[in-house]
Amino acid sequence: MSTFFAMNGYGFYIWSAYGAAALVLVIELLALRSRRKSVLEEARLTGPEDEDNPAEAAG
Amino acid sequence: MSPNWFKYASPATFYPLAGKMIPWFAWSAALLAAVGLYLGLVVAPTDFQQGDAYRIIFIHVPAAWMSMFLYVVMAIWSALALGFNTRLSAMMAQAIAPTGALMTFIALWTGAFWGRPTWGTYWAWDARMTSELILLFLYLGVIALRHAIDDPRRADRACGVLALTGVVNIPIIYFSVQWWNSLHQGSSVSLTKAPAMAAIMLTGMLIMSLAAWFYAIAASLARVRIIMIERERGAAWISELTEVRNA
Repeated sequence: MSTFFAMNGYGFYIWSAYGAAALVLVIELLALRSRRKSVLEEARLTGPEDEDNPAEAAG
Repeated sequence: MSPNWFKYASPATFYPLAGKMIPWFAWSAALLAAVGLYLGLVVAPTDFQQGDAYRIIFIHVPAAWMSMFLYVVMAIWSALALGFNTRLSAMMAQAIAPTGALMTFIALWTGAFWGRPTWGTYWAWDARMTSELILLFLYLGVIALRHAIDDPRRADRACGVLALTGVVNIPIIYFSVQWWNSLHQGSSVSLTKAPAMAAIMLTGMLIMSLAAWFYAIAASLARVRIIMIERERGAAWISELTEVRNA
């Protein structure tokens, strides 16, 4: 197992590359989740607006 | 009567469709990444020239391909938004930018950690690397410009123009290794020549590329749904959504 992580001496470079890639993907997914939560909350608070609402009329 | 192709161009009909597509793309991405990482990190043999350092290729190349590809897709959506003034196209362009920026960052970062053991440096102001860095700035510029303009429809147009102008950088990145003497190696994979790498390495890299594709599609669709709720809130269809009522 430790020989796998050592990668014949290249472990530092390989795991720095893979680790950072995994980290930013996880950050993106968490950011999407929290942003979704907050826009849903905001949309509920806004509620339906009257017929001539600009978003609808823009087509 | 011909089918109405513009039906799915309406956020109200695209929202639930995107919601159904996301799990398929997300799980395919996870599964492909698991297979690709296993092939790349365990099955593929050590390279006779680079040792194990070459294994960075399994994320570097897919991320670099996606960084360029997503930019072109973003520019196409921007062109459609500018040409037809369609809301959904502009929202798609807006949704792709952060994932594109992320892929560009991964390409640059993994490239640095591959360059150090093989070339002796994390960074050089080389044509390939510099043009890829400019790509990151273009993505960040599009995102920043959006935040600088309050009216979303005006922001759509401004970002669209910037995104389209930036497309000029894509062929520069792609051909940089041919046009200039570059530290960066040329393409290992091309449509006209046999690939310059072992079959198992190529398979792992292609599977990881497919995983990156599906991940980017899932993330962009998830983001476009958020953007729809954000920009269309107040519309009847939004307030009727179960997830909005239960929020």
